[in-house]
Amino acid sequence: MSGVSTGSTGGGGSTGGRRDWPLWEVFVRSRRGLSHVHVGSLHAPDAEMALRNGRDLYTRRQEGVSLWVVPASAITASSPDEKDSFFDPAADKIYRHPTFYEVPEGVEHL
Amino acid sequence: MYGNDFGVPARDGRDTPGPTGGTGTTPAPPDEPPGFQELIDTDARIEPRDAMPEAYRNTLVRQIAQHAHSEIIGMQPEGNWISRAPSLRRKAILMAKVQDEAGHGLYLYAAAETLGVDRADLLDALHAGRQKYSSIFNYPTLTWADVGAIGWLVDGAAIANQVPLCRCSYGPYARAMIRVCKEESFHQRQGFEALHTLSHGTEAQKAMAQDAVNRWWWPSLMMFGPSDADSTHSEQSMRWGIKRFSNDELRQRFVDMTVPQADALGLTLPDPDLCWNDERGHYDFGEIDFAELFEVIRGNGPCNKQRLDHRVRAHEEGAWVREAAVAYARKKQERAGSTTGAVA
Ligand SMILES: [Fe+2]
Ligand SMILES: [Fe+2]
Repeated sequence: MSGVSTGSTGGGGSTGGRRDWPLWEVFVRSRRGLSHVHVGSLHAPDAEMALRNGRDLYTRRQEGVSLWVVPASAITASSPDEKDSFFDPAADKIYRHPTFYEVPEGVEHL
Repeated sequence: MYGNDFGVPARDGRDTPGPTGGTGTTPAPPDEPPGFQELIDTDARIEPRDAMPEAYRNTLVRQIAQHAHSEIIGMQPEGNWISRAPSLRRKAILMAKVQDEAGHGLYLYAAAETLGVDRADLLDALHAGRQKYSSIFNYPTLTWADVGAIGWLVDGAAIANQVPLCRCSYGPYARAMIRVCKEESFHQRQGFEALHTLSHGTEAQKAMAQDAVNRWWWPSLMMFGPSDADSTHSEQSMRWGIKRFSNDELRQRFVDMTVPQADALGLTLPDPDLCWNDERGHYDFGEIDFAELFEVIRGNGPCNKQRLDHRVRAHEEGAWVREAAVAYARKKQERAGSTTGAVA
């Protein structure tokens, strides 16, 4: 399955035999200091056009200072079917959180 | 329509097939995965690769596709006036608005594709008449004032329909709608401003604005769909968090917001029955001619054929551009391949 970040089963990244351009996932850095965030997807024949289309589609109002486009087919995602078992190992390790620990009254900056 | 989902009643009075309609409590479909309804009831979102009932998927595909089609067909009535906008300012604004509508279509096709359909197939369905777009765009834009009336009333009605969809249970649709709604508010304002300028201009300009409002008011009210009593799809869509308010609720909200705006414009809404009802705390308004709505949906509106023909022509005449872009991409890829090959 490809295009997993938006879940498309349409596949992407290759132009062979498809009636539409390949699918790309678009990530926008809205301003310096923030990471790129997924904003949606688009179709484009190649990476360069995907960038241009991404600019026109997702940053018409200065929503971004940097853009990534990734072929949807290049993304590997965890499977929703195993979401419980896959993330289970983190569930019973509450000692990873600072709130797990008791701090004597009056102790500061800890 | 346009984010609202309804079909045409068949000639014998039954509705076109859709997800479970009717009255009484809707039973959960047999393929509903455990925990699915709980997610929706706790206002969590369903995401693309989650298991979901087929009927949920189909309802969303149909509604999002129809919504996307409406956005791109909706470019035509206003695009009609870009070259004749009365000033450079108005022309720049109108181009930006029409470009936004193209963008809305693209966000929505992308959202539909997360449900496992291909955009190319959805466009085929539009072109073949198997999927609909909002019937509002089958009315002509006869004067410049129509551009103002569309922005104010049609985009206004669309916003009333679309704001609740920002909380739709299906994540990608909800996210697309948040983006759309942010952009829509400028659409409505520019329309209002254009009408305000006309209604405070010469006698002839004011008459032109009034004429446009006269023609667009009732079709705008029809955008919310049939009255609740005749509305199908509603109950299941409500249960699934796809629809949050009934057609009549949204229509009433729109009327209540719009009447004072018409006063500010100094224009009259063409409904003698329109008056404030103190008891209800809402405006009463006259009966809507739904026979007209269904005729337009069936294909018998003033511009149905023109809109679809134009859309198909644009798609076909653009084919060589799409093909050329693919050929160019392939050539570049091959060249890059052969260079690396030579080095290796
Ligand atoms: Fe729009
Ligand atoms: Fe709009």
